[in-house]
Amino acid sequence: MMIYLQLFYEFFKAGLFAIGGGMATLPFLYDMSDKMGWFTYADLANMVAISESTPGPIGINMATYVGYTLRGVPGAVTATVGLITPSIIIILIIAKFLQAFKDSPLVDAAFYGLRPASTGLIAAAGLSVLALVLVNPGVSENAGILELINLKSILLIAVLYYFTAVCKKTKGLHPVCFIAASAVVGIVFQFAGI
Amino acid sequence: MNQYADLFLTFARIGGLTFGGGYAMLPMLQREVVEKRGWATEEELMNYYAIGQCTPGIIAVNTATFVGQKTAGILGGIIATLGVAFPSLVIICIITAFIQNFAELAVVQNAFAGIRVCVCVLIFNAVLKLWKKSVVDKATAVICILILLGSILTDLSPILFVIVAGVLGVILKNKGGQAK
Repeated sequence: MMIYLQLFYEFFKAGLFAIGGGMATLPFLYDMSDKMGWFTYADLANMVAISESTPGPIGINMATYVGYTLRGVPGAVTATVGLITPSIIIILIIAKFLQAFKDSPLVDAAFYGLRPASTGLIAAAGLSVLALVLVNPGVSENAGILELINLKSILLIAVLYYFTAVCKKTKGLHPVCFIAASAVVGIVFQFAGI
Repeated sequence: MNQYADLFLTFARIGGLTFGGGYAMLPMLQREVVEKRGWATEEELMNYYAIGQCTPGIIAVNTATFVGQKTAGILGGIIATLGVAFPSLVIICIITAFIQNFAELAVVQNAFAGIRVCVCVLIFNAVLKLWKKSVVDKATAVICILILLGSILTDLSPILFVIVAGVLGVILKNKGGQAK
């Protein structure tokens, strides 16, 4: 029973403080990984990929995934309901004062600070994934720094950056295309080192 | 059809057919909610979106709550929101169950190791876009970088950073206002 309460509470907090949509949930999930130990950073990165490739909001997908991994379908429902409860309450309140909220200088000022904060938090979460993919899998402890760095990953990052952000022909493609291509590259070049 | 059932099914369809979260959902919402059902006007939808972006929680969920509440009161808001979340819940449960059974296979591990590299790039691209929108002057750049560093170097909760940034925003804006 306790774990359900914890799941609800942790995702309730994420739902209450993650501002600015999808990826904003990410820093909270990393924090959850550190403090609750429910999943690893690698699990989370996998989940981001699955969320980008399946329908529906990323935050909900992540909550469902974590809940399901811990306690099956009831866990998935608990985490997801936890995540959306604060939104429902807040929006139902705001809907009553829609115009006042929109025009409030106080709200405007708070978001002047909140928006860059959200960007910073997501960037930090992204760096955690980066650290994960840059380290070579299965190196011995006394390996030199060159052996430690995963050159295959660096190459793939460069190629993917070109196709997702530079090349005009491909950058509008759906993320699922790049994710599928990366999966193929991962299999062909044995990215997990096995 | 019962209004609540209609709300649930419409939002379930929107949730089940849009890939990539919040922003991808806008064209679907325009078609289903504005054009087909007339539950909200184009302008109302844009307002909901703008507010959804700057309130806690997921934009799609916030928008569903708004539209449901407007159409059929508080219960409508709750039902529309459950509708938008429902397909994800089902799809992800199935995928997760599937992955757990095959996670040990070398081919699956290699695939996910490649995918994680892609996730890095996708997050990086998202951050660049958000940076352009959220960092509008020196003060916001400083907030963003300080919180990035704070988040990497300490294990403080992101909640703390969010609260501090909101308060900082209010203080900075008020100071700026007085200076003028």
